[in-house]
Amino acid sequence: MTRLWEFDRFKDNVALIDEFGGSISYGELEISASALAKAVGKRCLVFALTRNEIGSVIGYASFVNNGIAAVMLSSHLEEGLLQELISTYKPDFLWVPDDMTGRFEDSSERHSAYNYKLLKTPYNDCYPLYDELALLISTSGSTGSPKFVRQSYTNLISNTVSIAEYLKLDDKQRAITTLPMNYVYGLSVINSHFLVGATMLLTDKGIMQKEFWNFFREAQATSFAGVPYTYEILDKLRFYRMDLPSLQTMTQAGGKITPELHEKFALYAHEKGKNFVVMYGAAEATARMGYLPPEYAVEKKGSMGIPIPGGKFMLVDELGAVITEPGITGELVYEGKNVTLGYAEKGEDLILGDERDGRLETGDMARFDSDGFYYIVGRKKRFLKIYGNRVNLAEIENMIKNEFSIETACAGKDDHLYIFITEEGISDKVKAFVVNKTKLNQAAFKVMVLEEIPKNESGKTLYKELTAYYDPEAR
Amino acid sequence: MSNREKYNKAFIDSLELEEDQLEGLTYQGVPSWDSVGHMGLISELEDAFDIQFETDDIVDFNSYDKGIELLKKYDIEIE
Repeated sequence: MTRLWEFDRFKDNVALIDEFGGSISYGELEISASALAKAVGKRCLVFALTRNEIGSVIGYASFVNNGIAAVMLSSHLEEGLLQELISTYKPDFLWVPDDMTGRFEDSSERHSAYNYKLLKTPYNDCYPLYDELALLISTSGSTGSPKFVRQSYTNLISNTVSIAEYLKLDDKQRAITTLPMNYVYGLSVINSHFLVGATMLLTDKGIMQKEFWNFFREAQATSFAGVPYTYEILDKLRFYRMDLPSLQTMTQAGGKITPELHEKFALYAHEKGKNFVVMYGAAEATARMGYLPPEYAVEKKGSMGIPIPGGKFMLVDELGAVITEPGITGELVYEGKNVTLGYAEKGEDLILGDERDGRLETGDMARFDSDGFYYIVGRKKRFLKIYGNRVNLAEIENMIKNEFSIETACAGKDDHLYIFITEEGISDKVKAFVVNKTKLNQAAFKVMVLEEIPKNESGKTLYKELTAYYDPEAR
Repeated sequence: MSNREKYNKAFIDSLELEEDQLEGLTYQGVPSWDSVGHMGLISELEDAFDIQFETDDIVDFNSYDKGIELLKKYDIEIE
């Protein structure tokens, strides 16, 4: 098996620095990762309870580079959910922070490094593993759903090489963590930086905390990653005024940023000689599928760009025909070696092979312009029929966001569209605006004011939680 | 409303808390005071006292008590 990383090539480079002053070189990373793999001793399934800490990253590096299949989980996962996942997948080992080892009384310690411990569970090779299976990544973040994306070694290598190429990464880069390690975007940053011998700056502090920015400045971070909500917060923080001379690159993925914010950050980057790179992806495609080259960030605001090196996009209409003309909306289909194997929902699924054959129907609706740049316009399933007219919920949301600069989420049932906002006192205006835009009868629309729009850890709206407001059966 | 009442109300409204939870409260000490809650809290306070926080103060604002100290810079005294 080809290894994803060759740590020994960069022996003397600094691999990891944490916010508490700890650091390790690539040489030390290789030694620690090998020792841990030796303690595991065979190809099997391991649960990794992750944090942005040195021990957590060593575990991840060890498992991926040594043919040990890993389930990447948040260390904040609720205890009951974690126990359920353990009994569903019966892993041979757990890789956990020292302060959590007390929770696993039926497991025994086999190895320890950098405040992490390897615990042997009572399970032994309960489910056979497909040879290529490298990682299992949750599709839902913190809810503890047993549904995981199955990623292969080929997936990881292909996507990582591509990302390092289009971001032009080199070993001078110092990326600071802003995302958790159970999230593919967070992992992709680690993967691509390890490929080129660059440095990862590890912190679990957030951009709303002073400690984050102190660490950022002291450790001279050159890049950070953000989901759309990250950029909304940075905008409110008046980020543009902050003095961050070491910063070179900001990447964005995990959902569509508003064109307004896209433009603001693109202009900021342009003025300050930095790069703002909007990207597109999904856990089902390992991480990345598309990116907007930073030189086009201003000109093509609102676009997620072009396929990554080695990948291919096409748009397919409702009849399955490929769309060849610009400006027409169709479902975005991606082809590339980073398209993952499929899903797993139970232990028996771990032996399953490649179910997708390099082709992913994204479920996102997109169009491309005459220069071949792609724009996401909504999700396939998030539309309503109102009085016989097809209404795309994401488009309505974007219209409201752009008009009022407020947070909103739209959901509902046919002929009943619910608009959820968090701002008091403008319900009538919002409704009138949507009625005017859609030219549909006002009776179809209802505006509800909520304390906050329910979102998951990565800032994606939790539409399921909104169903309770309009569907009595969902309560 | 006294400044203390306004200050407390901003926490109670933006973070969905009860008055007796405020004493000694720190950032991420309750689930609602995460990055999202923090932005809401800052907006509430800016409206309540008609001020605009500096970036450094927004990220330095990590507890109920720290906020009282920071507001002094804006000539707001919470007695």
